[in-house]
Amino acid sequence: MTLSLHRSTRVADPEPGVPGRPPWRSRLYALEGRTAPYVYVAPFFLVFAAFGLFPLIYTGWISLHRYRLGSSMSWVAFDNYAWLFSNPQFWNSLWKTITIGILSTVPQLMIALGLAHMLNYKLRGRMFFRVSMIMPYATSVAAATLVFGQLFGRDAGAVNWLLGMVGIDAVDWRNGDWTAQIALSVIITWRWTGYNALIYLAGMQSISQDLYEAAALDGANKWQQFRHVTLPGLRPTILFTIVVSTIGASQVFGEPLIFGGGQPTGGALGQYQTLGLFMYQQGWTFGQLGRAATVAWVTFALILVLVLLNTWLARRRERAA
Amino acid sequence: MTAAAGITPPVVRPRRSSGNGSGGGGAGTSAGRWTYGMLTLTALVFVLPFYYMIVAASRPMSEMAQSPPPITPGPLLWSNIGKALAQQDLPLALTNSFIVAGVITISTVLLCTLAGFAFAKLRFRGRSQLFALAVGTMMIPPSLGVVPLYSLMVGLGLAGTLASVILPSLVAAFGVFFMRQYLVQALPDELLDAAKVDGATTLRTYWSIVLPVARPGMAVLGMLTFMTAWNDFFWPVITLDSANPTVQVALGNLGTGYVPDTGVIMAGTLVGTLPVVVVFLLLGRQIVGGIIAGAVKA
Repeated sequence: MTLSLHRSTRVADPEPGVPGRPPWRSRLYALEGRTAPYVYVAPFFLVFAAFGLFPLIYTGWISLHRYRLGSSMSWVAFDNYAWLFSNPQFWNSLWKTITIGILSTVPQLMIALGLAHMLNYKLRGRMFFRVSMIMPYATSVAAATLVFGQLFGRDAGAVNWLLGMVGIDAVDWRNGDWTAQIALSVIITWRWTGYNALIYLAGMQSISQDLYEAAALDGANKWQQFRHVTLPGLRPTILFTIVVSTIGASQVFGEPLIFGGGQPTGGALGQYQTLGLFMYQQGWTFGQLGRAATVAWVTFALILVLVLLNTWLARRRERAA
Repeated sequence: MTAAAGITPPVVRPRRSSGNGSGGGGAGTSAGRWTYGMLTLTALVFVLPFYYMIVAASRPMSEMAQSPPPITPGPLLWSNIGKALAQQDLPLALTNSFIVAGVITISTVLLCTLAGFAFAKLRFRGRSQLFALAVGTMMIPPSLGVVPLYSLMVGLGLAGTLASVILPSLVAAFGVFFMRQYLVQALPDELLDAAKVDGATTLRTYWSIVLPVARPGMAVLGMLTFMTAWNDFFWPVITLDSANPTVQVALGNLGTGYVPDTGVIMAGTLVGTLPVVVVFLLLGRQIVGGIIAGAVKA
C-alpha cells in the first residue's frame, strides 16, 4: 500500500475504513492507532523512570544508610543527617552555594533583561549580535573555567593587569573569600547571560504591539512603557528563568572544581566549596556514598523550598497587582 | 511531579516572523548610538575569551605573564597543541566525545520527534497529563541522583564505559517539549487526515510525513543536543576515569598539573571547544531561531 497524498486519490477513497481489507486487518489497524501513541511516548518515560526518577527516590533511601564504595549498605537511620547538620563544612558549603547563587543569578538576569530590550530594537547586524550572545552558551564549563582561571590569575592574569591600569593593586582572586566567589560568579554570568537574553527576547516579541501603541497614546514614555507593558508581559518568562537559574545555582560544580585545579575542597579554606563539590568530595574522594546521598537529598529539599517560595511570591505579587 | 510542575515553561509564539521585523519594546524604533555601543561592548566581552584562548595557546607561558600581555597570536600554536594531545590523550577523548554526543544526538532526535508527534497530533487518553508530567521532569536536576545512578552503573558493569554516559541521555524532556511545539505548528492536520484516509499506520505516517516535515526542527534540536552532550561535565567526571575520558573530563584533568603550562592548557581547551564553536558560528542563525522558538533552558 503506497501512501498517496494527491487530493484526487483522497477524494476517490470513500471512507477511512479502507475498503477491500479483510476485517482482521482493519482491527489490527485500529489497534495500532489506539496503542501507538503510548508506544511512542514510552521511551521517554522509561528512560526517565530508570535514570531519573528511580535514582532520585533511591537517593533518599541510601541517605539512611552507611554506604561505602564497594561494600553493602547498612541501616543507620538518621545518623547521616545528624552528622551533616553538625558539620561546619556543610554549613559553609550551603552558605557559599547561596552567596555564589545570588552573585551570579541576580546580575545575570538583570543584564539579560537589558540586553533583550536592546536586541529588540530595529538593529543593523542583528544576527551578529544575537549569535555573539550564544557563543558563551556553546562553551563548556571546563573550557570557560580554564580560560577565566587564567584571566583571574594573581601574577599573570589579564584582569589584574586591567585593574592595574586604573591603579588597583593585584588581587589574589583564588585565595580571597569574596574574590574567589566573585570570580566564579563572573564565569557563570558570562556563560548564561546571553542565553537568558534570548529567552527574554522571545518573550518580548510575543507581547502585542497594540499594548505599546495604547500606552503611547496615554502619554507613556519609553521607560513607563518598559515598566508597565514589557515587564508585566514578561512576568511568566521571568519567573521561569528565576526558577531555572535557582535550580542551576544549587548545582554549581564544574566551575569551582576546575577553578581549584581539580581539588574538591573549594580552596584552602573552602571559600568556594559549593554543595555539589561537597557532595562529590564525600562520595568520590572519601568514598562515603551514604553521606553524599544525604547531601543530595538535602539539596533537593532546599530546591523544593526555594522553588515554592519563588512561586508563592510571584502568586502574591500577581494578586496584589 | 514536584511542586515545580506547576511552573510550565512559557510557550512563546513569536507574533512576527523573526526575519527583519521591527522591535517590540522599542516599539519599532531604530536603535540609537548608545544601544549599538552597549551591544558591541557586550559582544566583545562574550567573544574576547575565545580570542584570548587563541593568543595564549600560541605563545609560551612566560610571554603571557608579561605586562602588558601580548595581544596577537604567536608561533607556538602547533607545538602547544602537540603537547596537549600527548598529555591527556586528547585523540581518545575527542573520539569518545564524538561517539557519546553522536549516539545521544541521533537517539534523542528520533525518540523526541516520535514522542513529540504523539503529543502534538495523536489523540489518546491522558495526553495532556502525560505531557505536563514530561515537562515537569525538566525541573528535576539530574545530578541529585548520581549516587544510585553510579551504583546502578557499577552493578551493570558499565561504570567507566561510554555506555554509562550515553544511557541516561538517550531521550530528553526538553526535546519532547521542543518537537511537540514545533510539530503543532509545522504539521498541517490535512496532511495527517490524508494519510489516515489512505490507511497509513501511525508509524508509516511518522516515517513518510512527520519526519520530512519535522526536519528543520530536528536539525536545531540535534545541534542543541550535541552541544549539551559534548559539554556535559558532572556525570562523566563521576563515571569515567582519566584512562577513558570524554573531552570535558580530559580538559578538567589538563588544569590539574603541578606546574600548569598555560599555553598547553589553552591549546587543549581550543581543540576541545572548536567542534561545537565552529558549528555554532556556521549555523548560529538557526540555533538562535531554535532557542527563541523553544524558549526554554535545556
